[in-house]
Amino acid sequence: MTAVDAAGPLLEVDGVSVRFGALVALQRVSLEVQPGEILAIIGPNGAGKTTLLNVISGFYHPYEGRLRFRGRDRTHLGPADVAALGIARTFQNVALFKGMTVLDNIMTGRVLRMRSHFLLDAVWVGPARREELAHRAFVERIIDFLEIEAIRKTPAGRLPYGLQKRVELGRALAAEPALLLLDEPMAGMNVEEKQDMCRFILDVNEEFGTTIALIEHDMSVVMDIADRVVVLDYGRKIADGPPDTVRKDQAVIDAYLGLPHA
Amino acid sequence: MTAPDLTIDPALDTFPKLVRHNAQRLPRKVAVREKDYGIWQAYTWSDYFEQVRLIALGLAALGFQRGDRAAIVGDNRPQLYWAVAAVQALGGIPVPLYQDAIEREMEYILDHAEVRFAVVEDQEQVDKVLHVKARCPRLEYVVYDDPRGLRNYPEPFLLGLGRLQELGHKFAQDQPTYFDDEVARGRADDVAIICYTSGTTGAPKGAMLSHRNLILTARNAIAAEGLRSDEEVVAYLPMAWVGDHIFSYAQSILAGFTVNCPESAATVLHDLREIGPTYFFAPPRIWESILTSVMIRIGDAAWPKRALVQFFLRLAQDVERRRLRGEPVPLRSRLLYPLGSLLVYAPLRDNLGMRRIRRAYTAGEAIGPEIFLFFRSLGINVKQLYGMTECSALIAIQEDGDVRLDTVGTPLPAVEIRITDQGEILVRSPGVFQGYYRNPEATQATLEEQWVHTGDAGFVDPAGHLRIIDRARDVSRLADGTMFAPKYLENKLKFSPYIREAVCIGQGRPYVTALVNIDFAAVGNWAERRGLAYTSYTDLAQKPEVYELIHGEVARVNRSLLDEEALRGAQIRRFLILHKELDPDDEEITRTRKVRRGYIAQKYADLIDALYSDRDRVQVDARVTYEDGRTGTVRADVRIREAETFAWQGVS
Repeated sequence: MTAVDAAGPLLEVDGVSVRFGALVALQRVSLEVQPGEILAIIGPNGAGKTTLLNVISGFYHPYEGRLRFRGRDRTHLGPADVAALGIARTFQNVALFKGMTVLDNIMTGRVLRMRSHFLLDAVWVGPARREELAHRAFVERIIDFLEIEAIRKTPAGRLPYGLQKRVELGRALAAEPALLLLDEPMAGMNVEEKQDMCRFILDVNEEFGTTIALIEHDMSVVMDIADRVVVLDYGRKIADGPPDTVRKDQAVIDAYLGLPHA
Repeated sequence: MTAPDLTIDPALDTFPKLVRHNAQRLPRKVAVREKDYGIWQAYTWSDYFEQVRLIALGLAALGFQRGDRAAIVGDNRPQLYWAVAAVQALGGIPVPLYQDAIEREMEYILDHAEVRFAVVEDQEQVDKVLHVKARCPRLEYVVYDDPRGLRNYPEPFLLGLGRLQELGHKFAQDQPTYFDDEVARGRADDVAIICYTSGTTGAPKGAMLSHRNLILTARNAIAAEGLRSDEEVVAYLPMAWVGDHIFSYAQSILAGFTVNCPESAATVLHDLREIGPTYFFAPPRIWESILTSVMIRIGDAAWPKRALVQFFLRLAQDVERRRLRGEPVPLRSRLLYPLGSLLVYAPLRDNLGMRRIRRAYTAGEAIGPEIFLFFRSLGINVKQLYGMTECSALIAIQEDGDVRLDTVGTPLPAVEIRITDQGEILVRSPGVFQGYYRNPEATQATLEEQWVHTGDAGFVDPAGHLRIIDRARDVSRLADGTMFAPKYLENKLKFSPYIREAVCIGQGRPYVTALVNIDFAAVGNWAERRGLAYTSYTDLAQKPEVYELIHGEVARVNRSLLDEEALRGAQIRRFLILHKELDPDDEEITRTRKVRRGYIAQKYADLIDALYSDRDRVQVDARVTYEDGRTGTVRADVRIREAETFAWQGVS
């Protein structure tokens, strides 16, 4: 889909700190997301994972430090501008338009790519019509990809939770992002739904070449699908490397995997 | 009726030849549609042929030899139907597998059929095949249709259908006449397909059907049922099932009609509505689930609507029941029916996607009469059909205008039926299979001088309709040799709302007797309406009035047996009503409510002895386990009553 600049990391987070009043949510966190990889961000509750995702997607602005996307400084962009750059996300708690159908929900993911004038859209002629057909065709590819044909016309609010998560992934994919941010894509799912979601994440990465950064609690999932793992604890990065290395890292074991917090 | 034509034009004696013929005579007619990306994508007969050709040439490039077997695994997809024809074009034998087969079943068939090639739908099937491949040494190549998720699979023997067709394209440049030469070498008596039947016991058996079997069977049914090239069918039942092979492949190619492949298994009912098939097949469980979904929606409707719908549905069922029995329909119903049609039946038919159905079938097992009646009463021409894999799927079909609740219709043209002395149905027809692949013992047990043993017990009634009684092994004999079908009798008894369970006894005995369990709720309600006091199940069961009620029900069953020549002699002579309900906790019936005959014969030996004596009551000591764990015995008196039997007066 979107071409990735050949050299260098797709996203650089450089010494980013975030404060909410006196609370330091992130403290000089630096990491790089390489094109084409699946990066997992893990850590105990309150470690700052979602805050990090919110910084990357432009919801929060760092108190210090810089963000670079494709080598350019993007520190001060808002969510809409970030989305326009090719970064899409899903939310920890599903944020779909509940009264809209699955199809329409995914279609909203295409909004940034719609070019025709809204007045033309209203009468559905000429370029507007061609454009809508093209967008619809793209959305249908996603529906096929996520195997949700049977619920195409179902209002999103009526779906079980696992399917809503899948629809949300579909909406993020509709934006054809270069970087996809997934905030706990498997939270609250049963084993089978988790397996399905894992397969979709791997397939998205493989078929669309999308780079993925995801937050996940289920360690077996992380170890299975991530190329690299970043561990946060109390707002600080304490480890960064391939899953096998991270699993053996003593600081990680202490903080998260084995020992209880002292 | 004129004798059916059983000759086959040698130029059109295999399916690949017929496909090529369709590409010439109906090049722009849509052969198959698939809903993909939300849109029905159509392929004409000319596309169909071209795809078959390229797949065949691709397989040839990989070294496919005449006689090789190729597994076909996946949901109903145009690409898989093409693969079937492509394999046949090279003189190979397609072996369709159930797409939901677990690895062990898949391994058995891949190994048993000595499959060299597998053409599968997607990653799920590829994964299964890869897991068992090590134990199926003959398997050389796996071709998949949907590349999703398979990009990084390193296996060198794995390739996509697109790549296969590229290979085919190149192959054709070197050998331009190869495809036509191979197709020309095909003969009517070549094996066209091996369908593995699961069977309830033992390993699956691969029934070999020749092109001649399938062409003649499909052609005779097309003629008998008047199928045309403008039929639309929805292909949603497994490709491994011989029925789908007949409807969605053989008949489609012979008649030239269109096969529609749904988007996914979950969208079938929705896709059905979009297509509006004219020709439709469903096993009883699908009819049942459609009916349930309708009933749920009616239940959810506001009451005036609900009352209206229910009124007209009752009316229609009453009318249809009378029509099937050949009774006159009262004037009031005749006047109201068109109104119901306008308000209820037509909109409902449309809603179910059954507006255009000219014929629909149910088969596989007995369909509940209410379900059958429901769809027929809406004006949907549902008919019963009888068949089996070993006879190329089709044996008997109810003709239009001659539909009954309890038969499977008359034999199709060129089908002969014989009933053995044991009551088993034997069939001889042009569709009789070529034997089981690599299983001569099973072939010998099933095929006797061109007659197939169906394993079903049945008889042909005076009107020439075939009736199925039961599986032949469940049918036994009385002491004097009269045929006795306990399950058949029991089902007839249980058709009464007052009878919950029944056990019929008679094997090796002079006559038939029955142990009956009343339905406590229904009989209790009946008793209350009559002001009949009772204290317990045992008390109610032994009331003379209740005996009178059940006596009437038994007489009804006996009378109905008069129409059935073979079973006329096995009427119920004596019966009793059990003092307790048969209960899975007491191991008398299974959790799925199947009667455990052997156990009951043992447990109620005293009662059964009394049924075959001249006593009219018998004392039983029933062991009762109380809630607190103590046990006690309750003494009960069980009456035995003579049943009314009927003598056959007519001439058959």
